[in-house]
Amino acid sequence: METVTLTIKNQPELYLEADNITPDAFAGKKAEEIAALHVYIGREQHQLGDFFEVSGGAGATPEETKVVVNGDLSRVKYIGMKMTGGEVVVNSNADMYVGAWMQGGKITVNGNVDAFAGTGMKGGEIVVNGNAGNYLGAAYRGDWRGMADGKITVAGNAGSDLGTFMNGGEIVIGGDVDVHVATHAEGGKIVIKGNAKSRLGGQMVGGEIYVLGNIDVMMPGFAYREDVDIEMDGIKGRFALYEGDLGERHRKRKGQLIYAKLYQQIGA
Amino acid sequence: MAEYLIKNGFVFDPVLGIKGDAADIAIKDGKIVETSAVKNPKVIDAAGKTVMAGGVDVHAHVAGPKVNIGRNFRPEDKLFGYKPKNGIERMQGGFSVPTTIRTGYDYARMGYTTVMEAAMPPLYARHTHEEMRDTPILDQGAYPVFGNNWFVLEYLKNHEIENTAAYIAWLLRATKGYAVKVVNPGGTEAWAWGLNCENIHDPVPYFDITPAQIVKGLIEANEYLGLPHSMHIHANNLGTPGNYQTTLDTFKLSEGIKPNSKFGRDQVMHHTHVQFHSYGGEGFNFESKAPEIMDYVNTHDNITIDLGCVTLDETTTMTADGPFEHHLTELNHLKWANADVELETAAGVVPFVYSANNKANAVQWCIGLELALLAKDFTRVFLTTDHPNAGPFIRYPRIMKWLMSEEARKQQFDAFKHKDKVIDATNLAGIDRELDLYEIAQMTRAGPAKSLGLAHMYGGLAPGLEADVAVFDFNPNEPYAPDDIEKAFSNAEHLFKAGVQVVRDHNIASNGNKRTLWVNAKVNENPQVMRDVKEKFLRYYTVTLNNYEVTGHYLPNPYVIEVDATQ
Ligand SMILES: [Zn+2]
Repeated sequence: METVTLTIKNQPELYLEADNITPDAFAGKKAEEIAALHVYIGREQHQLGDFFEVSGGAGATPEETKVVVNGDLSRVKYIGMKMTGGEVVVNSNADMYVGAWMQGGKITVNGNVDAFAGTGMKGGEIVVNGNAGNYLGAAYRGDWRGMADGKITVAGNAGSDLGTFMNGGEIVIGGDVDVHVATHAEGGKIVIKGNAKSRLGGQMVGGEIYVLGNIDVMMPGFAYREDVDIEMDGIKGRFALYEGDLGERHRKRKGQLIYAKLYQQIGA
Repeated sequence: MAEYLIKNGFVFDPVLGIKGDAADIAIKDGKIVETSAVKNPKVIDAAGKTVMAGGVDVHAHVAGPKVNIGRNFRPEDKLFGYKPKNGIERMQGGFSVPTTIRTGYDYARMGYTTVMEAAMPPLYARHTHEEMRDTPILDQGAYPVFGNNWFVLEYLKNHEIENTAAYIAWLLRATKGYAVKVVNPGGTEAWAWGLNCENIHDPVPYFDITPAQIVKGLIEANEYLGLPHSMHIHANNLGTPGNYQTTLDTFKLSEGIKPNSKFGRDQVMHHTHVQFHSYGGEGFNFESKAPEIMDYVNTHDNITIDLGCVTLDETTTMTADGPFEHHLTELNHLKWANADVELETAAGVVPFVYSANNKANAVQWCIGLELALLAKDFTRVFLTTDHPNAGPFIRYPRIMKWLMSEEARKQQFDAFKHKDKVIDATNLAGIDRELDLYEIAQMTRAGPAKSLGLAHMYGGLAPGLEADVAVFDFNPNEPYAPDDIEKAFSNAEHLFKAGVQVVRDHNIASNGNKRTLWVNAKVNENPQVMRDVKEKFLRYYTVTLNNYEVTGHYLPNPYVIEVDATQ
């Protein structure tokens, strides 16, 4: 695997739209060619090299390309957008839309990500070693096609509207989450190791939520069914199982209604 | 104004009867003229290319509140689709519900110059006109909806044709409307009670009238006035398996009524998006009844239709047929907008994905094409998608490809997941007919212009007509692949609108001088109707009469068609 290293040298005055920072856009290119790729600030078009020092070189394909981005990236959007393979390592905080519509490969962020990371994600993996903002792994505004596959792991906390319209894949949050989890979800799995606030699973018709900590307010559309023992991915204990959202339509499989499941840990 | 001479193109023009012969077309002062009438023209070399009049669309939803609800509630329709401003070309966005700017440009890129907005809620006529005003290049008009209007229902239950006509004339003037549109007659009013009208004799709740009486009465009132276009209907039961019977029953309401119009049309009923109204069978086993429908259309000269072809795209459905949109959202569970328009109408909007993997959608695709391929008279059968309901208008060139190439249809059949079941439920696989460009010109130019009563302006290349001329980079006399048709007709090389070159070398060259057409019908003074209007505004409307009428600045460039129905 070849490595391209980008180091920010000029901070943009506004926000930089850098959806070209992907193994896909870099593959097969030398450092100078990568520096000539475009970025936008509002409606103005600039070159990547106007803001970044580019060194190294890319592999022939996205799969053979690793991209390391250094420096403060809190004003850089769309890192890893639509990437299909390879690897991106962000050694800082990053702005919105990290790994949005990602299809494959891996993104590691050694810092925080702002909102909309993993929007409409179809595959691959995102690891955030800090906190995530709102709308992590959610659908694009208006769209009903949310995260379909892949995995997002956040070491810290996540904001509100996590996994909206989720259809598949997995999101694991090490810390706490804000309101609205898995709204409208039809599939997928969300694990919250810390505490949740309220409005978990509103209009959710399929998929699973696991909460290891507290839930401030349970949705009235979720009904307690039974206590179950669970052992998965290093999580072991007794959980209360709720089903919902009872206010929604539900599909049938083999004559049985399918409900979304919410598990809350009640014991070791 | 500049003079132009478009030389040596292969001309397809039903008005002149030219079927692909090389000919010269001259333009002067915004009109087509004899070639001897231009002195020092700019010459466009069209040798080896196709030349046609500007396209005319009788039915598309491109302006007004429900289109804008579609834009507002579907940000995902605009995702990754923006095109920034470039020279005189303004910024464009959206796919199935494009911005007004993109609407004008994309029609121009297809060589279209006139587009009718098919359903204007009278109360929101101002909004509709504001959007048409902002749509560049195209001449446009809008059809106010009448089929669920309380005035109409009350007059027609007693068969008061003269009062209905006086009200139509008043409303066309107040809303600057072009024609009488009817959507699910009675059914949309019934929807206010959570009900529908399921056949033409199913009474409208609280109004003591049937859809049949509404339709027949509106045809008679339309002919009483002698309007340029006929009554334009979307019948009851759209989209329901077995509905072809309702469609035939609706067609039959036109029998025995003769057109009374000095604008040269022969029909008294235009039935729109007939694809959605040609279903047999029941439930998931629905099947094509296109042959039965076309048997009727082919043998009855006083009807015109448009197709409403399904294009197998993700799109946004929108109609004044409120109960139908509710049915759709129950079916696909996607978001739904629903609006009531006081005494007049209603509307619903739901996104929809037509998929080649879905048997029903594939059957719909077949039916739309069958209707065209079974037609005998292409001046009475027009190419549409009921944009955006069955697909976005930018797919018209793809439909031309399917109609002109059996190979292209075979390719699509092979891409269907349930190919065999689709073939069983339809007739298309057994039809080898391939339309030619002359027939396409009839379906997209001469036919719709005549049906609209606008054959004196649009639809052909005869001297005296508006200089709306398209040049396509397509040589019909050389071998071509099916996709070449779609490519060439999506991307006109040159387009003239009223003598102004709006597309040059495949690029937008001018924003044109768009006009808004409306019909000013003069009738005898009718104190009763004027009293009814005042009273209904006082008692029921949320706005006053003063805030209702569409006044001058909404139509900066109006084109008024005068009709005298006084007697
Ligand atoms: Zn329509």
